Amino acid sequence: MAAAHQITAGFMPLFDSAVLVVAGELGFAAREGVELTLHRETSWANIRDRIAIGHFHLAHMLGPMPLACNLGLTPLASETIVPFSLGLGGNCVTVSNTVWEGMAEHGAAPDLEPARAGAALGAFIRERAATGSDPLRFAVVHPHSGHNYELRYWLATCGIDPERDIEIVIVPPPFMADALAAGRIDGYCVGEPWNSASVAAGTGHIVTVKALLWRNSPEKVIGVRKAWAEENPEALAALLRALHHSARWCQDPKNHAELAALMAGQGFLGLPPAVQMPILTGRLRLGGDAERAIEDFFVPFDKAANFPWKSHALWFYTQMVRWGHVAHTPENLAIAWNCYRPDLYRSALKPLGVALPGANAKVEGALKAATPVGSAGASLVLGPDGFFDGQIFDPDEIDAYIAGQKHAGSLAQ
Amino acid sequence: MVRSSLAVLVIDENRIRASIIEAGLREAGHEHVTVIHDVTGIARRIAEIEPDVIVIDLENPNRDMLENMFQLSRAVKRPIAMFVDRSDQASIEAAVDAGVSAYVVDGLRQERVKSILDMAVSRFNAFSRMARELEEARSELESRKVIDRAKGILMKSRGLSEEAAYTLLRKTAMNQNRKISDIAQSLVTAAGLLGPLEDE
Repeated sequence: MAAAHQITAGFMPLFDSAVLVVAGELGFAAREGVELTLHRETSWANIRDRIAIGHFHLAHMLGPMPLACNLGLTPLASETIVPFSLGLGGNCVTVSNTVWEGMAEHGAAPDLEPARAGAALGAFIRERAATGSDPLRFAVVHPHSGHNYELRYWLATCGIDPERDIEIVIVPPPFMADALAAGRIDGYCVGEPWNSASVAAGTGHIVTVKALLWRNSPEKVIGVRKAWAEENPEALAALLRALHHSARWCQDPKNHAELAALMAGQGFLGLPPAVQMPILTGRLRLGGDAERAIEDFFVPFDKAANFPWKSHALWFYTQMVRWGHVAHTPENLAIAWNCYRPDLYRSALKPLGVALPGANAKVEGALKAATPVGSAGASLVLGPDGFFDGQIFDPDEIDAYIAGQKHAGSLAQ
Repeated sequence: MVRSSLAVLVIDENRIRASIIEAGLREAGHEHVTVIHDVTGIARRIAEIEPDVIVIDLENPNRDMLENMFQLSRAVKRPIAMFVDRSDQASIEAAVDAGVSAYVVDGLRQERVKSILDMAVSRFNAFSRMARELEEARSELESRKVIDRAKGILMKSRGLSEEAAYTLLRKTAMNQNRKISDIAQSLVTAAGLLGPLEDE
């Protein structure tokens, strides 16, 4: 029997593609009448290109990437919208053993505390600069990625100018651990399992994690070709329901062993299941003998993790402005505002009677504790969601936020 | 400076395919063709080569890194943008389908570049056709071997002539609506499990 909807999707070999992969592999899509064909891709550029020419209807994407497409920052792009978020958290910053030793001499401890690690890294960088050494080279997966922006946010807050004090280069996720081991880079920010891969190899130390830089912060999303979404609203809604059920399955601890085994397969990550477990349990080996449990390390479903908050898109936009990727104009702000589509998420999931946030945007960093919020249907608990520096991002005060960060940047120099 | 011949850089980890493209470009009169297989230290190489056009295979995971380098343009000292005219959907599709992408120096006249991309696309297609035919030939050889072994087993165990053994295999395949090589493979596997029937 042919499925009612045929959907082709691209993904990159990263654990946070799990919700999409599980929807296809474990029958959640089929149950909604969707035949979901998954294609593993080798670069984000390919995902963007194949969406642009219609090979893919949608794809696992970096959160800021659809913004970059719509803002005209990429060579080949179609208008891309975001009706679903694939989860919160999941990234780490990993450094080489040499850098870790240098940081340890300046007070770093294996506790993942961003401020402490940042201060130690800053002191090590200044010490190196005084001896005329080359700047440290850090890698991220793409210029328009959460990784790039959270690494820069962390460094800048800790008084390290990411433009001048270090060098930031692009390395594909599966190559990160090798590049670090070979000494081509000194550190990187990437999603799991590519941090635990360096720890397992004994070639790197995890120094901080996304969940501590900005708790419950956005990561990958489902990017959808807008033209296709407008022509196929029922197919998209069916897929969003499938992703909702898949995400709930992924969150449930009793499924973690099965999920780790599935993602370990050659068609997905091709790394042993044991390497997939840290992201699921939040218990990370940091390098050496150190181990630490992180709350909300990676959240695929709970805390409205799948809701495409416009405030998440706008925060990415502020960072694009901050680092000179785009000019802050009313037109660009409007493009950023229209990119994430909570309306599509809400209308697709409404028939399920699940908790849906009433608002499209929220003040980020304001929730100090888990807080029930106004929602349609069942009750919904959000947060805590603090930035490590105690800052608050109010999407209604976007000009002031952008101006404040410019000021902070100049202080760091 | 206007060069009579465009400098083309081909980045492809598949050496055979890269050399096929290189040969095609040279046949088409492009003298300045450089091929690299490994992207280590590519910024320096690009600065040396100063390519007008870069052709890269889509399977290369370093595309994100390359694009970022082009955008920063400090490494290559001049702006580079994707060649294909955004409105030329057919060309873009043909290129992506073939598994190739191209980047050019901003401002280079499109008609000069189009022939290079068209050539790359046709060579990529030719290469994948060749690879597919090679694979088909290999699997055909494999299935012929398996059928021969199955015939041998039948001849030995049932005392059939070679022709009768083949007829039996074909009849079984037809009855079960399966390929003769599949039937042969099942027989060889079963014989392997039973052991003594096949004393090879």
